[in-house]
Amino acid sequence: MVHLRKGLVLAMLLSTAAPAFAQSRVLVFNSNASDPAPKAAFEQLVADFEAENPEIDVQVNTFDHEGYKTAIRNFLTADAPDVVFWFAGNRMRPFVEAGQFLDVSDVWAQNGLTDSLSSTLSAMTIDDKQWGVPFTYYQWGVYMNRDVYAQVGVEPADTWEGFLANCEAFKAAGIDCLTTGSKALWPVAGLFDYLSLRTNGYDWHMQLTNGEVAWTDDSVRAVFAEFAKVLPYVSANHAAIDWQDAVSNLVQGTAANYVMGNFAVASFKDGGMTDENLGFMSFPTINADIPRAEEAPTDTLHIPAGAKNPDDAKLFLAFAARPDVQTTLNAALGQLPVNAEASVGDDPFLQAGFEMLSTAEGGIAQFFDRDASPEMAKAGMEGFQEFMVRPERLDDILERLERQRQRLYPQ
Amino acid sequence: MFSVYVIIPIFQSIWVSFHDWDGLGAMRWIGLANYSELWWDEAFYTSLKNNIIWLALYLLAVPAGLMIALFLNQTVRGIRIYKSLFFFPFVISQVVVGLIFSWFYAPGFGLLYALIEWVSGTGVAILADERYVTYGIIAAGLWPQIAYCMILYLTGLNAVAADQIEAARLDGAKGWRMLWHVVLPQLRPATFIAVVVTVIGALRSFDLVSIMTSGGPFGSSRVLSYYMYEQALSEYGYRMGYGAAIAVVLFGIMMIFISGFIWKMWRDEKGV
Repeated sequence: MVHLRKGLVLAMLLSTAAPAFAQSRVLVFNSNASDPAPKAAFEQLVADFEAENPEIDVQVNTFDHEGYKTAIRNFLTADAPDVVFWFAGNRMRPFVEAGQFLDVSDVWAQNGLTDSLSSTLSAMTIDDKQWGVPFTYYQWGVYMNRDVYAQVGVEPADTWEGFLANCEAFKAAGIDCLTTGSKALWPVAGLFDYLSLRTNGYDWHMQLTNGEVAWTDDSVRAVFAEFAKVLPYVSANHAAIDWQDAVSNLVQGTAANYVMGNFAVASFKDGGMTDENLGFMSFPTINADIPRAEEAPTDTLHIPAGAKNPDDAKLFLAFAARPDVQTTLNAALGQLPVNAEASVGDDPFLQAGFEMLSTAEGGIAQFFDRDASPEMAKAGMEGFQEFMVRPERLDDILERLERQRQRLYPQ
Repeated sequence: MFSVYVIIPIFQSIWVSFHDWDGLGAMRWIGLANYSELWWDEAFYTSLKNNIIWLALYLLAVPAGLMIALFLNQTVRGIRIYKSLFFFPFVISQVVVGLIFSWFYAPGFGLLYALIEWVSGTGVAILADERYVTYGIIAAGLWPQIAYCMILYLTGLNAVAADQIEAARLDGAKGWRMLWHVVLPQLRPATFIAVVVTVIGALRSFDLVSIMTSGGPFGSSRVLSYYMYEQALSEYGYRMGYGAAIAVVLFGIMMIFISGFIWKMWRDEKGV
């Protein structure tokens, strides 16, 4: 509620700052871009939109990034804005099923988005309709400290055996091979997703997150068997630290690798790393027969069912889907445009990510907490964390997750 | 006002606890299914167990507060400054207390971590270890709670009759006997209030858990109120019915204590 109030205060401040003459067409946009860089990027997006459509006045309410996730439920039902920010995949399903989001299939059809945004079409589709427009995504992968690799005298490995062999070398040198901070749970979900995608492939991973595979199945155990191999090399006490604390492990050279999203690059560079000593690679191959799938969470725009100005909201969505708009927006965000016709900034990590995602023949997963239903995601991530601290409890954990699956997806 | 803000929500919670509801869609009547699920839910028992640990250890704040109050209840130059310094932890927000203690325990740079590492060779990350995490949070909670009990006792001690102390001293009472037979009986109202606020404080402990661990690692530091929040209102939750069922259980436990207190007050009043 504090965040909501903060948002309201901001909204009031913004509305008093707006020009005094009233424009007839007002578009209210609730955004979660509370960090300085994304906030500036969205202000630019809104300014460009207003320049093209001078008769529309866009009012932006900026919420705190974490607080937004709970605030959205309040404002969707109580006082719906015209455009909201949200996430693709199963993460939008509760709102779609509760009839809180407007069907925007017509925006997709009229603007040829099924072609230009095809990489995320499946993640935006429920019941053969599209419920929002994606404007950005970013890759996950392995970020590494090249200085540490040089210090130990090993080369980055693209196979799992090679990676584990490197880990042995790092351990001998007193360096954590893999660091993470699991206090907020989600960082370990990225690790699990990649192990799952590499062990059993994209289709299987989607079945698992859709609740179609029993957690007690041998295929799941196969993933955890690979997981167990890397556990001796993971930073101790990861359960007590946040992902930013793990960033400093990598920056200080006490850790060699970090499975993270591309948004962490800014933190690595703030810590003093440069394009020279910060490295990036796709997660190592475990089973060479499986087509390479990657993980790229997508951020999206939606129109609430209670929007007062849905026509202009659709204009805004179509605007945000355009290749030139996505190019500028993502250059400012430091992320990847979803539109295939857009171009990527010249940042080496973005280039590498774009290359990696556009050649991922296996498919693109969203993220465990967006692919799985929210409750399953929570239980799953807790299970992953528990497994990392107490691997001997695997049977208990899997049985608990299976009970949860049977409750959430009754056969 | 009382019925709008207290009575009606209680019955609404009980009503919601018989439903399956995500807060957005339609409510679906499922009878006692939430409660039967609670019965088999390990996380619920973890929270319940932690609540009992909280309750037991939190009550240490009462004798500890009494000790400090007795110690500070003397007329020395500048005693007011010491009193306010001891009272200081209660003035800071619980959120700040939680943050300070998280740093105190933090692996790598935390003071306690470094201390343990220096003494035993290997550091212990209190908040990452399921065996210690609840105790670590309770220690953080005790810090302001002791100050609170102390201030209650300090005001109580002002009211202790000086002539009775004098008379007891003439009769040769000293030390523990003086405390137990003369001072404590006169402090009974203060003790009663201190126990009540401590019990309720222990049962509604939420902010420290939320700030310091978010219930982790893997849910081992959850308490009922945090579990309720997690199920009903957090990022991955929105099982309003299940959260309401936890709330009803917590309400039941609180009612046991509260009615005990009310019964005691009623008995005392009648006794007078």
